[in-house]
Amino acid sequence: MRKKEMIAMLLAGGQGSRLGVLTSNKAKPAVPFGGKYRIIDFPMSNCVNSGVDTVGVLTQYQPLQLNQHIGIGTPWDLDRRNGGVTILAPHMKTENGEWYSGTADAIYQNLDFIDQYNPEYVLILGGDHIYKMDYSRMLDFHKQNKCDVSIAALTVPWDEASRFGVMNIHDDNRIYEFEEKPPNPKSNFINMGIYIFRWSLLRDALERDNKIHPDSDFGKHVLPMMLNEGKRMFAYPFSGYWKDVGTVDSYWMANMDLIQTVPEFNLYENFDKIYTDSDHQPPLYTGPNADIKGSIIAEGCEILGKVYNSVIGPEVIVEDGAVISDSILMEGCYVGKGTVIEKCIIDSGCTIGDGAKLGMGENIPNEYKPSIYDTGITVLGEFSNIPDKVEIGKNCVIYGKTDLTDYKDSKLESGKSIVKQVNTNGVRA
Amino acid sequence: MRAVGIILAGGKNERMGELTKTRATSALPVGSCYRAIDFPLSNMTNSGINKVAIITQHNSRSLHDHLSSPKWWDLGSKQGGMFVFSPYQSGENSMWFRGTADAIYQNLTYLRRSNEPYVIISSGDCVYKMDYNDLIAYHELKNADITIAYRQVPDNDDIRQYGVMELDAAERMTDLEEKPLEPQSDLASLGVYVISRPLLIELVETIVSEGRYDIVRDMLSRYRKRLRIYGYKYTGYWRNLGSVHSYFDCNMDFLRRDVRNDFMVQHPFIKTKPKDEPPAKYNNMAHITNCLVGSGAILNGGANRCVIFRKVYTGEHSSVSNAILMEGTYIGNNCVVEHAILDKDVILHNGARVIGTPESPAVVIKGKEVRA
Repeated sequence: MRKKEMIAMLLAGGQGSRLGVLTSNKAKPAVPFGGKYRIIDFPMSNCVNSGVDTVGVLTQYQPLQLNQHIGIGTPWDLDRRNGGVTILAPHMKTENGEWYSGTADAIYQNLDFIDQYNPEYVLILGGDHIYKMDYSRMLDFHKQNKCDVSIAALTVPWDEASRFGVMNIHDDNRIYEFEEKPPNPKSNFINMGIYIFRWSLLRDALERDNKIHPDSDFGKHVLPMMLNEGKRMFAYPFSGYWKDVGTVDSYWMANMDLIQTVPEFNLYENFDKIYTDSDHQPPLYTGPNADIKGSIIAEGCEILGKVYNSVIGPEVIVEDGAVISDSILMEGCYVGKGTVIEKCIIDSGCTIGDGAKLGMGENIPNEYKPSIYDTGITVLGEFSNIPDKVEIGKNCVIYGKTDLTDYKDSKLESGKSIVKQVNTNGVRA
Repeated sequence: MRAVGIILAGGKNERMGELTKTRATSALPVGSCYRAIDFPLSNMTNSGINKVAIITQHNSRSLHDHLSSPKWWDLGSKQGGMFVFSPYQSGENSMWFRGTADAIYQNLTYLRRSNEPYVIISSGDCVYKMDYNDLIAYHELKNADITIAYRQVPDNDDIRQYGVMELDAAERMTDLEEKPLEPQSDLASLGVYVISRPLLIELVETIVSEGRYDIVRDMLSRYRKRLRIYGYKYTGYWRNLGSVHSYFDCNMDFLRRDVRNDFMVQHPFIKTKPKDEPPAKYNNMAHITNCLVGSGAILNGGANRCVIFRKVYTGEHSSVSNAILMEGTYIGNNCVVEHAILDKDVILHNGARVIGTPESPAVVIKGKEVRA
């Protein structure tokens, strides 16, 4: 293999359990976002837009959809003879085989992959944030400051800093301390989970830390260890849109950011495009009686009804008289005639019958998972069915093909769930 | 595979006016995100043909741009692939393609180096969906030398603009006349043929050596008695982009659900070069009805019965009806557009008006700015 100056390692194995039913059958980076995209498209596109042409994607939890989406990397021009995208799944070794037990452990188990390219620098990325960043400028910063490690840092309002990993820095941006969710933060510079390491140093650190911590983690073990050893660690200041989409509510909010008349996060620029797997992307049709306002609609939809303040994925059919508002519908959903949907997240391939009402009634937190579903959003898992004329409340969860016998008087009260499908991992939604 | 493909996309069309001034007819944008050539090209790969030659000549830049990579049509393969042939100079020869048969003759190596038994020939500027396997099966059933796909032209269409075929009771062609003054039937050739590869090589070598260069006149019509030439009836959707009017109507046809189902919903799909635009954005002032909308569009105004391509912008209180807005068109606030074709990157400044008639749509040329 030809030597590469910098390669990227994208950590995409996490479950993202706070997204509830949305990640019951796919890894969090594979969750659709913004109509036609999936979350992983953002770091993947950032890589190619930054000139990083070699990307290792570390998968573990429910990788099927992720693998299919990435394929050989064609949408991102990563179908290359030298470099390109490589999916790195946990694997057996001569002695033993083990899962990735921590973020740094996942990189440690793929030392051979990185060594092939003999890079000067390794870029470590997560697969769970929505942002655009030019990593080549971060690399310039890394070189100018003769860093051993640089960490992208976002300035957040002071009252929010205590929710994040905070980095305390000197005037020259050199980091002297990490604090995880400090009650009284000394800085409002937060760790975005984007790192550039000098490879030789990281390699050495991973080998040493793995002997101490089998579940070696960047934030908990490797970075503090390197800081204690006096390595030059700098915070690379990033300004721009960056959103965590780790919870049902933050996921919904970040989608809604895109429908503002002039969105803060602009996908409509001619440069730094976000690429995605879109082999089949016919235009969308807006019917004679349709009314669409304040919404983004992806390709191949047939919208005959009304859509307000919503994000609609590809090939969704909304029949006459249906009214959808403040909702997210993913690929291939069908909404029957006269159905009303308010503030719902509906995963791919759901079929909702005629005359149904979703998201009605009082805001009562979900019975089983009040910490996940408590902001009034009703969530439907992939390929769920809703029969005609049922009424479903707020903070409900439905997963699977339901029929009228699942509903009492054609009704599902706020905060109740119907989960009929248990996925292959045996994890209930 | 049993056939290789040839798409004839080099022709010049005088009746399209400004729309084909700088682009090939086969590169005309259709249905919000396609180009005409996507239809025959997708038909080829959807029929399992993995070796396709595209012959370009007139305004070839526009086509070469679109065909920059074969992978979008699944033709980026080692076995077969996509071949784009434009006229070139050599030691013996420095001329343009003198006709459709000459274009094949000048690229005969392509056919000689293939070993598939048949060749499917299609024109590049027709919008249709055909499984060529059915055509080949029929060709074999009839034990034909050449089979020509045809359709019955409806009364509201002028048969005199097509190649008109006369067939006997067994569907064998007895006559073929190009753009006849006195048409003797209502059967029009689609410009889609199947012929055995060795026979095609033999025929083009013979007719070119006699100074004849046209497939229809010098090969099909002239040999109709010597060869067994049959007609294959096609009943699906078909439009030839022969005039501004047929181009306009073809785009408007995509507002029909059956046409969309045929090309976009039912497998196999028509493929095109992806542009990776974000989802279309309907802002709070938008009022869009009965429109086809491409990705990346940002809509603030009103539109009814329009085909809107990618990256179109419409301003507030603008009103657009019965119009084709090609990629990158910018329509400012308070504009009015009726019965019009706005070519790529047209800019309408605030308050501008472009009004055509149903009989003769107004055409605004590529990149033009229109002021109030």
